[in-house]
Amino acid sequence: MARLWKNFVNGLWNENPTFRIMIGLCPVLAVTTEAINGIGMGLATTFVLVCSSALVSLLRKVIPEKVRIPAYIVVIATFVTIVDLFMNAYLPDLHQVLGLFIPLIVVNCIVLGRAEAFASKNSVVSSILDGLGMGLGFTWALTVLAAVRELLGSGSIFGWKLAADGATTIGVMSLPPGAFITLGILMALMNMIAARQKRRAS
Amino acid sequence: MNLFLLFLSALLVNNFVLVRFLGICPFMGVSKDVDSAFGMGVATTFVMVVAAAVTWLIEHFILAPLGLPFLQTMAFILVIAALVQLVEMFIHKTSPGLYKAMGIFLPLITTNCAILGLAIMAVQNAYTFIQSVIFALGAGLGFTLALVLMAGIREELRFADIPEPLLGAPIAFICAGLLSLAFSGFAGLI
Repeated sequence: MARLWKNFVNGLWNENPTFRIMIGLCPVLAVTTEAINGIGMGLATTFVLVCSSALVSLLRKVIPEKVRIPAYIVVIATFVTIVDLFMNAYLPDLHQVLGLFIPLIVVNCIVLGRAEAFASKNSVVSSILDGLGMGLGFTWALTVLAAVRELLGSGSIFGWKLAADGATTIGVMSLPPGAFITLGILMALMNMIAARQKRRAS
Repeated sequence: MNLFLLFLSALLVNNFVLVRFLGICPFMGVSKDVDSAFGMGVATTFVMVVAAAVTWLIEHFILAPLGLPFLQTMAFILVIAALVQLVEMFIHKTSPGLYKAMGIFLPLITTNCAILGLAIMAVQNAYTFIQSVIFALGAGLGFTLALVLMAGIREELRFADIPEPLLGAPIAFICAGLLSLAFSGFAGLI
């Protein structure tokens, strides 16, 4: 039980895909103009991660070693297509905003990385928990980044106006340069927190 | 003229890395020195142009006539993966020198989201065959440009006195932000 819990929390902090391992950064930068988009993208990726981890883990004894990468990609592409069609049907507004980055979940290194590094070697339950932890770690990272950018760029969070009418906002934060700069500063903050944790432990 | 504008748009105004955020992983991973950045850029440009041509043919001669647009993501990623492998074997056979120079960069290109993004974008914008290829060429050269510029900056950064938490990726991202700010100056070009 403790081990399963560890699988789950691993992705939330220690091996957080965005801030610690730094993989799958394209959607992190591209869709985080508003907090709600961050959550949407995060949850879509989480769904694909959990499902593909489960299926890859189930099939890990069936898939021959040599063709495992194409096999994983087919599994992942199937779930991405499901998410794409589902969001197009039920969440058309969000689908419109995330646009290209929904089909691009296929090439998100987090998904293939977890299939190769974890799900292909572990039981179904651990793989699902690992996928869930990684996915939620990705989601919170996206949401924090998007909330900071939305607050500074348009003075609101989750669409709630916080800044006074006519207050000056930093428009560049909603534009591409703001994404790079905010991510850089947040990463530096995470490094500081991790360094402090380490110092306290020793 | 139209084709030239399309090329310029993909190269500078809507630069794949700095404005559209496609291909961030190689942008951060392979921009430590100028030589390998250039190698990666050339290899990617090459695959982009070939992939744009092949995925256009697949979309218009297989997926669209058979009414299978929902297979697009899967078909494209498999084609790109196979293509990268093929290009790798071809270069290995025909010019071992080039193959050696490109080295590990070639297989890495499969997971570059700029390639799949480019293929999907070309379909969404209903480009003709020629337009797709020109678009891919512009995008690839834009990718190379961003990568080489970033590598130049990072070579200089090695000698800078940077606060400890910012070392490595964080400062690189902040530099990329400034680079992106500079590229937004191209917005009025078209």
